[in-house]
Amino acid sequence: MAVMLSRTASSLYWLGRYTERADFIARLIEATVRLDALSARPAGDDAWRSALIVTYNEDAFAETGESFTQENVSRFMTVDSAHPGSIIECLRMARNNARAVRTALTREAWTAINRAWLQFQSMGEPGGNTATLNLVELVKAEMRGFEGALHRMMKNEATWFIRLGGAIERADNTARLIDVKYHLLLPEGEQVGGIVDRDQWTTILQTVSAVTAYRWLYREGLNPGAVIELLMTRPELPRSLAACVDECVEVLAMLGKRTGLQGEADRMARARLARMQKTRAHEVIVAGLHEYLQAFIRENAMLDAAIARQFRFV
Amino acid sequence: MIGSRAFDEIWGHGSPDNPRAEFSALSSWMQSTESEEFERRLQSAEATFRQLGITFAVYGDKEASERIIPFDLVPRIFLADEWRRLSEGLIQRVRAINAFLNDIYGKREILKAGILPPELIFRNPQFRTEVAGIRPPHQVWAHICGIDLVRTGPDDFFVLEDNARTPSGVSYMLENREAMLRLCPELFREFRVAAVDSYPDMLHGTMRSVAPVGREADPVCVVLTPGHFNSAYYEHSYLADSMGIELVEPADLLVDDDVVYMRTIGGYVRVDVIYRRIDDDFLDPLVFRPDSMLGVPGIMAAYRAGNVTLINSPGNGIADDKAIYSYMPEIVRFYTGEEARLPNVETHRCREPDALGYVLDNMHELVVKLVDGSGGYGMLVGPASTREEIADFRKAVEAEPERYIAQPTLALSTVPTFTQSGIAPRHVDFRPFILTGKGKPQVVPGGLTRVALKEGSLVVNSSQGGGTKDSFVLLDDGAPVQRQSQSQGGEA
Repeated sequence: MAVMLSRTASSLYWLGRYTERADFIARLIEATVRLDALSARPAGDDAWRSALIVTYNEDAFAETGESFTQENVSRFMTVDSAHPGSIIECLRMARNNARAVRTALTREAWTAINRAWLQFQSMGEPGGNTATLNLVELVKAEMRGFEGALHRMMKNEATWFIRLGGAIERADNTARLIDVKYHLLLPEGEQVGGIVDRDQWTTILQTVSAVTAYRWLYREGLNPGAVIELLMTRPELPRSLAACVDECVEVLAMLGKRTGLQGEADRMARARLARMQKTRAHEVIVAGLHEYLQAFIRENAMLDAAIARQFRFV
Repeated sequence: MIGSRAFDEIWGHGSPDNPRAEFSALSSWMQSTESEEFERRLQSAEATFRQLGITFAVYGDKEASERIIPFDLVPRIFLADEWRRLSEGLIQRVRAINAFLNDIYGKREILKAGILPPELIFRNPQFRTEVAGIRPPHQVWAHICGIDLVRTGPDDFFVLEDNARTPSGVSYMLENREAMLRLCPELFREFRVAAVDSYPDMLHGTMRSVAPVGREADPVCVVLTPGHFNSAYYEHSYLADSMGIELVEPADLLVDDDVVYMRTIGGYVRVDVIYRRIDDDFLDPLVFRPDSMLGVPGIMAAYRAGNVTLINSPGNGIADDKAIYSYMPEIVRFYTGEEARLPNVETHRCREPDALGYVLDNMHELVVKLVDGSGGYGMLVGPASTREEIADFRKAVEAEPERYIAQPTLALSTVPTFTQSGIAPRHVDFRPFILTGKGKPQVVPGGLTRVALKEGSLVVNSSQGGGTKDSFVLLDDGAPVQRQSQSQGGEA
């Protein structure tokens, strides 16, 4: 049976979570900059406010006492090292975890993380939209490099723990994204499924790299119900809830095969998958999307705790 | 000026146009390689080191918390014959160190024979009564030794310092070689260089050979690091990685009923051999410093019970202490029955009144050191110091003479080094690594060459502006290796 230190497993898992989180924040900022810049009716403050809400950072930003401008919010979310939810802090945490498990990573995988962190270290203020987009592009490129390196690593428990962390984090991010954006974008009194600003819906799709996927799967043009369906139940989209739920089951099974350790986390993940396969987006929308997503986020956190128990994370 | 009369290991006492015969190829390589090309290769090496995270932390330096050690491309080269003689001397010395440790924590024959003054042992803070009476497997205490050498002429090597606790630097030996193979492959066609990349296997073999009794069949070996903020963390992770064993932190270990376990995802797994990179003081708060947050409570009890092997053994500091150093020729003679093949540097013990008088009169010519200092701190290089510095140091020596030793300023050998103003001689020292397990001590054919990058400087420590070089050990002194090619024709 393969032996891995509990601390190592925990660091790898969190390495997966923090790299995914850095990537998500980068995409969210990118989509917000576009929304801010492209909308016929400037989205302005609301766009940036919703970016903060999606990442649960509205209160933390309020505490800085700064005004609600694109410059301030994008600086806060990218290079503000005093703020644990910024990209630079996610990269720092990812690097710390990677450094603590150097022996479990290939040189390539470590170098990708280390280089991302080194480059970000030398970045100043993001400034205007163009500078912010450059910064975001850099994070995305380095994270792609890390994913590439990960795919060339041995298919062993080290890889599976990183991927498990990534899948759990991605599920959480997508659920928050749908929840916040859906309710913000739904104007008062508007019926679900009514006509809303197409740019704002495009923002959501962009954040999860799903614009093209949407066009392929839904020929009829932008429709909020279809966007929700794509992000929730379509397993073809890598960032959909269904895909993340599926990946958790798959990765836990690979870990079980390698380590002989199966238990509560596997059972929870499989039960969640069975339910997801029966879930229909339009029924969820009628019954209450917000309640559904809040329950999903809670269950995801419980799965995270079950994983920590099953593999004896320190 | 010291530099002007020093022996250069490549140029001899000659010049770039008149090198030692064996090294004419290296000399023409240096002359034919453009300095822009050196610059480009150096930058490439630096970028690689930084990306890999081969860094060290400088304590007390807030500005650059992670630095890389400057690397020089011109190798230092040992001829096969020079290396054979050096190895014999190193093996003899390491055998004596192990015999001494075994004796001083055992029967203490050397004290009974009157070779050492007893107070030198019993009043020495490095002497650990906690390990007295312990018999580690195969009576090996110093499994990994780094012996610091300096050279003053073709056949004149001196031991500057023994390191029998946790000698570091072996990762630089390995990484520097990787860098040289990548950046200067032409040199390896010119010279037949002994490979150093078997070091991790040798080390793993050494660890396995000293497993506790009853655990020899398939011992679980680990490297114990204080954590990833330690200055030598890169080396710890590099060694664990290249041996394919776990790198553990103190919090990963737990002692139960005098047995050491590590916490794994599958539960507790027994650990048999620990290469620990934590100093004695911090190893076990129940035995040594109670305020240590780095330690593993109970690990010393497990060690005493013979349930785990610690590499190197606690208590080794008594063998590499600078006050003991001056007695090493006597120690070698006592345990091996032979004269020391590698001489010490002449050492004046300030604890002795005559020596103290001599040292105080001649400070401007001597190197004066704290017996318990390291890393180039607490040291005076007389010829390179100002009047004020000498006066200050004199006061310190007069106040506590027993804490100091003094040595003549040696004309340390130089090796050509790439500098801002072209290739120039720079002073070097050398740390070879010797592994001792169940069998005969093994010397790795290579080591860490440290170079003082400042012109004329004799201080090679990385914390004080030193750099490193690759150290070639030649397999034989014959012709260059012919490149192999596919045989043509029909000889089966």
